[in-house]
Amino acid sequence: MSRIGVFICHCGENIGRTVDCAQVAQAMGELPGVVHSVDYKYMCSDPGQALIKQAIKEHNLDGVVVGACSPHMHEKTFRKAAAAAGLNPYLCEMANIREHCSWIHEDRAEATEKAKGLVRFIVEKIKYNRPLSNIFIPVNRRALVIGGGIAGIQAALDIADGGREVILVEKESSIGGHMSQLSETFPTLDCSQCILTPRMVEVAQHPRIKLLAYSEVESVDGYIGNFEVKIRQKARSIDVSKCNGCGECTKNCPNKKIPSEFEQGLGFRTAIYVPFPQAVPNIPVLDRDNCALFKGRAKGVKKQVCGKCATVCGRRAIDFDQQDSFITEKVGAIIVATGYQLYWIGKEQESEILHGYGEYGYGTIPDVIDGLQFERLASASGPTGGKILRPSDGKEPKKIVFLQCIGSRDRAKGMEYCSKICCMYVAKHTMLYHHKVHDGKAIVFYMDIRAGGKGYDEFVRRAIEESHALYLRGRVSSLTRNGDTIRVQGVDTLSGEPVSIDADMVVLATAMRPQPGITSLAQKLSVSYDLHGFLNEAHPKLRPVETNTAGIFVAGACQAPRDIPDSVAMASATASKVLGLFSNEQLEREPLIARVDRQTCTGCFHCERVCPYGAVERFEVKDRKGNLIKVIAEVNQGVCQGCGTCQATCPSKSIELDGFTDEQIFAAVNAL
Amino acid sequence: MSVPAKEKASSFEPNIVAFVCNWCTYTGADLAGTSRLNMAPNVRIIRLPCTGRIDTLFILKAFERGADGVIVSGCHPADCHYTAGNYHARRRFAVFRELMEFMGVDPQRITFSWVSASEGGKWAEVVNSTTEKVRELGPFVSYPRVAHAQVK
Ligand SMILES: Cc1cc2nc3c(=O)[nH]c(=O)nc-3n(C[C@H](O)[C@H](O)[C@H](O)COP(=O)(O)OP(=O)(O)OC[C@H]3O[C@@H](n4cnc5c(N)ncnc54)[C@H](O)[C@@H]3O)c2cc1C
Repeated sequence: MSRIGVFICHCGENIGRTVDCAQVAQAMGELPGVVHSVDYKYMCSDPGQALIKQAIKEHNLDGVVVGACSPHMHEKTFRKAAAAAGLNPYLCEMANIREHCSWIHEDRAEATEKAKGLVRFIVEKIKYNRPLSNIFIPVNRRALVIGGGIAGIQAALDIADGGREVILVEKESSIGGHMSQLSETFPTLDCSQCILTPRMVEVAQHPRIKLLAYSEVESVDGYIGNFEVKIRQKARSIDVSKCNGCGECTKNCPNKKIPSEFEQGLGFRTAIYVPFPQAVPNIPVLDRDNCALFKGRAKGVKKQVCGKCATVCGRRAIDFDQQDSFITEKVGAIIVATGYQLYWIGKEQESEILHGYGEYGYGTIPDVIDGLQFERLASASGPTGGKILRPSDGKEPKKIVFLQCIGSRDRAKGMEYCSKICCMYVAKHTMLYHHKVHDGKAIVFYMDIRAGGKGYDEFVRRAIEESHALYLRGRVSSLTRNGDTIRVQGVDTLSGEPVSIDADMVVLATAMRPQPGITSLAQKLSVSYDLHGFLNEAHPKLRPVETNTAGIFVAGACQAPRDIPDSVAMASATASKVLGLFSNEQLEREPLIARVDRQTCTGCFHCERVCPYGAVERFEVKDRKGNLIKVIAEVNQGVCQGCGTCQATCPSKSIELDGFTDEQIFAAVNAL
Repeated sequence: MSVPAKEKASSFEPNIVAFVCNWCTYTGADLAGTSRLNMAPNVRIIRLPCTGRIDTLFILKAFERGADGVIVSGCHPADCHYTAGNYHARRRFAVFRELMEFMGVDPQRITFSWVSASEGGKWAEVVNSTTEKVRELGPFVSYPRVAHAQVK
């Protein structure tokens, strides 16, 4: 027989005004199993808690029910008090008679009756509570960072500086991400490479960072503190241990006309190449699709075609037969920083919900370019050496039209969100243009100017006032060729007049989208993502860098469009979360998780199919001789988050969620 | 939106149980409380971690024990605290509804809704409208009597 104590709180007047607390306490005292039932003005106060502690000892209570506010408010308080008096904290529960009763009803008799019902639910439920103890999970204090853009770099450096080992996985042959492509950066116009390159070098030289460039995450197993990650190191066709980055191979590669991805197609590279001079690691990669030797092999030509790079390599580092290799790393936390891509606005689209802008002639009119292409033109290390020149004929454009919100905020194109950074970089582009072409005219079509941020609005004002950019509010309906120029037809919605401009060049500020392939990575990690593929944070305000999978964090533009300051701030936040997690050898967590009854589990694994976390594992039951009797489900304590979907699904009722077992819920329902 | 006293006296007061998830609806109901939104006193909440945890047997049991109506409410699709529990719940209840109909229980006695942690007002609406609806339907007749009626 239980020995339950019931404690009804008046919460000053908050509950007492509408609920007759004494009457509730008295009624509860008459329930079977309740040996002590009282009411008090403020249960959460020190004397209130003392009352509970004293009662636990005096009446030898084995269950405590506090009828008061929401458990979200004070469950921890009362469980702590119970524990202090020697009662297992999970034998203490709350009934919510404030938010769910006294505050929402006026009639005292009705509210009192309802309060009795609510407390009775919990009294009946608690008869089936089991004492539970917190779970301790060992933590492997190394971190994995996926993506080597500025966000990933910052996170890796912070964690490594904090004393923990980091593995940084980057899918391209160099780290740096988009920031390495930028010319100068808003809002201060400092040179992007100049502030980024030292950081990249620091990563490469850090004793606690293991950089795996040209690699991708293949699979992820495990749970917070104990992930096991399989990483594919893609074949560079170069023996990394031998290469010293002298560059002879790239110099001698005969295929020099491959459009460079780094230059956004505005420059060329060789088949064996380093994407940009400051690349880290400074080791080339062989693009097999464009290499004469591999093309020859594919055609079945017996004689080796080309192979010049290997001939000139003094260190014999080139290995045409290199295969992808795999390594497995054990880590305790994972940071995802895979960044973004720009919306491709050509006609064909990768996904059905997206629609291109055929009317803008992107891809067919060579002088219609996107923002990143403009960055390359403006960059001192770019294909034009920092001169703004038209891709079509290399002439200096005297009139450039910039179009904002291309794709962004456009439901018809499948993206209703604001890309956030474009207002700023367009203003930057008009300034850079003005600095380089003094008699040039920049015209910007915008929907709204969104320049929230320190020094941001001032920056846009400078573009307008000092660089004399002409801002027109409105949309452009079409871009067509008009002889040597591009006819821009649109409307100025402030004056209501249609506008027609003949521009020498048009720059489209296209939307930021998540990286391709992010959804398959997210699925490997069990991290949820939104309609567009941006990764979801656990809580938009209070847990902005955590994901719903414990131990996995997000930083930078993979979570939403972000500029560099935001990405860096987020990255440092993830690092502090990870270092916090790593501050203990073991992780303590609440034991409200699922548990399998080995006797009755039949091994149907319905639970495995519905578990959102992959927490269900297979357990082999063997006899003494080691013969297999059956394979049943087992819950991984580190992975289970306690949603209980498995329990509602289990046909043999063999899996139970502690704290919310069938017995407990039915007991409450029976008290109706 | 309290029920006018005069009407109340004449009509029957239904007993309604709400099975709600801890993260969205329970918190939404807390918010209704903090916002002092007056509502019908007929609904009593049983807290579960997730709608995915709700076994349809809970609902059957509730009717057996004298409930006249049941509310099931959790996070909006795509907002589940546990990523996907509410989707499992949704599928389960789609089938369950048919079972209720088959058994002769008016499916109108069960309200399924999504109420987020910020929708205190919506919670009050769900409580009031369900109470109103169940009041109109009258007391729930026990399962044996339902079965009996079907046989005839
Ligand atoms: C035209 C333009 C101009 C801009 N100008 C400015 C500016 O002036 N100031 C400013 O603050 N911001 C500017 N930005 C924004 C800036 O580029 C971003 O804020 C910043 O690059 C975000 O950093 P990130 O690390 O999150 O992403 P990224 O830079 O995109 O880096 C992501 C990295 O992850 C790697 N990766 C992706 N997927 C995987 C995978 N599956 N496995 C392993 N690695 C992966 C990528 O290869 C990449 O290296 C501009 C953006 C554009 C488009």
